[in-house]
Amino acid sequence: MQALLNSKEQKIRQILETVCDPEIPVLTISDLGILRDIKINDEEIEVIITPTYSGCPAMDAITMDIRMKLIEHGYKNVRITSLLSPAWTTDWMSEAGKQKLEVYGIAPPKLSGHLNGQTTLPACPQCHSNNTKLLSQFGSTACKALYQCNDCKEPFDHFKCH
Amino acid sequence: MKTPNNEKNSISSQASKVPLSEEFREAYTLHLADTTLILAQRNSEWCAHGPILEQDIAITNISLDLLGQSRNFYQYAASLINNATEDSLAYLRTEREFKNLLLTELPNGDWAQTVLRQFLFSVYQSLVYEQLQKSSDEQLAAIAQKSLKEITYHIKWSSEWVIRLGDGTTESNARMKKAIEAIWEYTGELFIPSGYEIELAATGIGTDPALLKQSWLQKVREVFDEATLAMPSDRFMQTGGKQGTHTEHLGYILAEMQSLQRTYPGAAW
Repeated sequence: MQALLNSKEQKIRQILETVCDPEIPVLTISDLGILRDIKINDEEIEVIITPTYSGCPAMDAITMDIRMKLIEHGYKNVRITSLLSPAWTTDWMSEAGKQKLEVYGIAPPKLSGHLNGQTTLPACPQCHSNNTKLLSQFGSTACKALYQCNDCKEPFDHFKCH
Repeated sequence: MKTPNNEKNSISSQASKVPLSEEFREAYTLHLADTTLILAQRNSEWCAHGPILEQDIAITNISLDLLGQSRNFYQYAASLINNATEDSLAYLRTEREFKNLLLTELPNGDWAQTVLRQFLFSVYQSLVYEQLQKSSDEQLAAIAQKSLKEITYHIKWSSEWVIRLGDGTTESNARMKKAIEAIWEYTGELFIPSGYEIELAATGIGTDPALLKQSWLQKVREVFDEATLAMPSDRFMQTGGKQGTHTEHLGYILAEMQSLQRTYPGAAW
């Protein structure tokens, strides 16, 4: 029975691996660290996620996408629970996710210890120079800040530490 | 989503059936929800009117964070109150039922007044939520903990603006001084506990804001010093928001924010 459940969980995990952030489509929800747990019993699948920012509109889209993907694969009885605590942190982002971000042109977050203290500047995702400057604490989405590279002059997004 | 047929049935009259301690919890949760919603609504008025594109994006991002926080509080409040939904609580309550701080409902004024209000509020909000994350109410603690990370960025951004304008040109300094004169009298209320705050502080659910005043003044003074701004003198302070007695401005905000749900009840898109 346990083996059956495990294989079912693996299948579900594989399906959820295809659910991406609608605003940063290179990242899956497990890359982002917002997929917290999957609970399976005979009748129901419970997917537990945690929001990134309180007001992030992507969360509604992600919830819908999880439901649709599972329904497509025949799992009709799905419950999606949003868990606020412990609060999401960018430290939960996978290393693979951080690499994908950088290739995509977004400087990945450093460890969240930087949130309050002295922050080091993110390296330019284009030319990898460390000679960059902050343009704005807030960017095109809640999770990003806007920087510019002083060497190649390219402006770029930085996924903020959180 | 369920929409109550009748606002009075769903919200007001239920209050008499719940124990008093639960009534305090509901009132406090609504106070937290209303305060963040109204400031979110005010800040969002800057959308497409910000001084430059990056700052337009910044103030609307802050607005979105506040809106998200308020939704978490409303969803929790809706779970406590019979027949309520987050939408009915935001869209179908009247002026006298809103418990937001007066500071949040004031008109935006100029950019100086908006960033000053954000700074004064964010410092207060961080002090309250730092206590609230230790609340015996797990959901309030979770929302506070989650929000604090966002507030850290709000304080950083708004304090930099207060310093930039205060220690800027003659014009920007004069604007910041004018902003302080315009809104300072609405800050006293932050630290005068309402009945529900006193009750909940005693039971470990809430926090007594009076105890936070010195820390708030100290942080404000640090930033004002750097901004070459003098701390305002003692003066008459406006109160009433926490109990539902508002300035004339709130009604107009609600009229705009609620008109769609009141005209087309249950409308969704």
